Amino acid sequence: MNLDLKQDFFALFALPRRYAIDAVTLDTAWRALAAEVHPDRFASAPDAERRDALMLATRVNEAYQTLRKPVNRARYLLQLAGVDTQEETNTRMPVDFLMAQLAWRETLEAAREASDIDALEALLSEIRADTRELEAALEDAIDTRGELEEGALLVRKLRFLEKIEQETGDAIEALLY
Amino acid sequence: MALLQIAEPGLSAAPHQHRLAAGIDLGTTNSLVATVRSGSATVLPDSEGRSLLPSVVRYLEDGRVAVGYAAQAEQSHDPHNTIVSAKRFMGRSLADISEAPTLPYRFVDAPGMVGVQTRAGCKSPVEVSAEILKALRARAEASLGGELTGVVITVPAYFDDAQRQATKDAARLAGLSVLRLLNEPTAAAIAYGLDNGAEGTYAVYDLGGGTLDVSILRLTRGVFEVLSTSGDASLGGDDFDHRIYCWLLAESGLSGLSAQDTRLLLTRAREAKEHLTDHSSARITAILADGQAVDLTLTQETFNQITRTLVDKTMLPMRKALRDARIERTDIRGVVMVGGATRIPAIQKAVGDFFDQPPLTNLDPDKVVALGAAIQANVLAGNKAGDDWLLLDVNPLSLGLETMGGLTEKIIPRNTTLPVARAQEFTTFKDGQTAMSIHVLQGERELVADCRSLGRFVLSGIPPMVAGAARIRITFQIDADGLLSVSAREQTTGVEASIQIKPSYGLTDEAISTMLADSLANVQDDIQARKLREAVVDAESLIEATRAALASDGDLLDQSERARVDAALEAAERAAAGEDTRAVNEAAAALSRATDPFAERRMDRNIQRALKGHNIAEL
Repeated sequence: MNLDLKQDFFALFALPRRYAIDAVTLDTAWRALAAEVHPDRFASAPDAERRDALMLATRVNEAYQTLRKPVNRARYLLQLAGVDTQEETNTRMPVDFLMAQLAWRETLEAAREASDIDALEALLSEIRADTRELEAALEDAIDTRGELEEGALLVRKLRFLEKIEQETGDAIEALLY
Repeated sequence: MALLQIAEPGLSAAPHQHRLAAGIDLGTTNSLVATVRSGSATVLPDSEGRSLLPSVVRYLEDGRVAVGYAAQAEQSHDPHNTIVSAKRFMGRSLADISEAPTLPYRFVDAPGMVGVQTRAGCKSPVEVSAEILKALRARAEASLGGELTGVVITVPAYFDDAQRQATKDAARLAGLSVLRLLNEPTAAAIAYGLDNGAEGTYAVYDLGGGTLDVSILRLTRGVFEVLSTSGDASLGGDDFDHRIYCWLLAESGLSGLSAQDTRLLLTRAREAKEHLTDHSSARITAILADGQAVDLTLTQETFNQITRTLVDKTMLPMRKALRDARIERTDIRGVVMVGGATRIPAIQKAVGDFFDQPPLTNLDPDKVVALGAAIQANVLAGNKAGDDWLLLDVNPLSLGLETMGGLTEKIIPRNTTLPVARAQEFTTFKDGQTAMSIHVLQGERELVADCRSLGRFVLSGIPPMVAGAARIRITFQIDADGLLSVSAREQTTGVEASIQIKPSYGLTDEAISTMLADSLANVQDDIQARKLREAVVDAESLIEATRAALASDGDLLDQSERARVDAALEAAERAAAGEDTRAVNEAAAALSRATDPFAERRMDRNIQRALKGHNIAEL
């Protein structure tokens, strides 16, 4: 459908194109749109119509997944503004951030070795608290001050945090099961 | 692109008569069929008033096939030809079935999916399941007095692509049109949700004969949203029977039993387990083939002791599901219990303790899945156009690709709302490389060897370039049934390759066609007439939809566009009145093409209306 391909994800859900969005508004807009185009609405329709519904519903879900998660939303917003977040290519990081990363990695390794679930849980809360801080910084950098390159750096940092959060979670899971 | 039939609340796009639709719970141990009659879902019993159909199929000496109680009654006497719990083998190879050595079957290790040697030849689990589905279909059609237009079949949420595809293939063999594969826990939540009109976050604990499923669902204003799902595809009530069986062997000092004795003792074990639901002990007696007598008493306490590790094991997927949904135990408003095995008192206690609240058990745990499936089938068949509720399901397992060094790269993480598509770009790593092999995997583990292989395909014809210059975009699409298709495209030249992940377990389309032909040979069914009927029904629904669309949105077309649509409409009507199947299909396709631009504009308009918070009925 033309409409979908031309419109950006913010416009699709009738949201202003900015980092700070209202989660409830997004959820509601997504549900309304998903309800319109979900393939189940076309379960008894001919194949071609079902394929179209599948395509539209996929697009709507992609838009929702992109906007729902702060780091994805920021990356997308920057991309719309023509700023590449360079997550695969740019590995330059401030020294203090790298030191903090190193410390976390050591904590993770030690806790994993010692099968210390409490330490892993504590690390997880710490990572999540830092994630929230960086997300707040994104709003300030992108929405308030329009510093897009700074936003790109924050996205790169969040990507690091995402990975270590995942690994910590996996370590907890591995110990539980 | 074709005309979209947009059904708005309070406005059915194409008014029609009530369509016969049913929900089928194709279970490991028992299967059921249910339908919605005069607004409420009911399980359809057989002629003797029994709701359950044991999922047992026996191939008889005279070439007939017995399904259900008749087959179950003979399973101890004829274990090689009586297939129990075929669902556990769906889409599985022999290597996947760890308990195979303890089972009384003559397995045949076919590529991808195991088969069982019977006197009627080698039978795949798909064929066995199709026999069960045929029996349910016959029951439903006798009871409803007409042909079923569509069914919803439930599968464990944890079923992977091969298992889902195998289920759909079984339905095809049974001559059923599948409106949707529905995850069992979701079906249960639908049954409970609609009964109680509840909002909030719920957990579903579904312990069936062979599988455990745990799902976390959120109900908000008519939307059932699956937040996460987890489970164990090889843990179920049968394992409890097996523990009792092992205990029987140990207590009686038995070993090396014949298939017949094994079956007999497993049956006694199941009876004892069921007896212990509301008794403190169960007496188990059996006479083996050699005359040896078994006479033991199993107490509740011993039973709990020998099955404790199983009960504990069922708690793990629960933790996983909560973690994936990013919620705490205390956020759960209610816990729905599904599956006959949840009658085991130790299970109810463990679940109650875990969530710190007694689980919901007011619907029959054996029937709740079929009831939910029936409700969903009724909606999907279009019998409830005025009801605005929707089911948003997730993919249970992560999807990925093999990368260098036998590692998996995840493309779509588990618990992503369906339908979903993800694209990823790859490049060549050798100068002049013209082909690329793509290996699609499903699972959570990092090593390829630990994941399930869904299929491999080769993208060839890449124009020779220096290493790293080609840009290959691979797109994964998972539809609402949880089935995957993958396509790849070289960006600079547009070379394309795609696969349906169908042949992953060794059953090709051709094999299915052969099986279909075989099974049809025994049925007095006029295929040609049926094809024509189907074509006419499809064409008529398209004609009706076009008319309804023209009535509501005709203003979107200019004069010449309108004339083209009208001409195609007339041609389709003429063809539908005739008896030439091909002509009907061609005219319908032409009509569909003629309405393409119209459909596009209507969808635009419709989306804009939705966004403004209005629906067509209000405008």
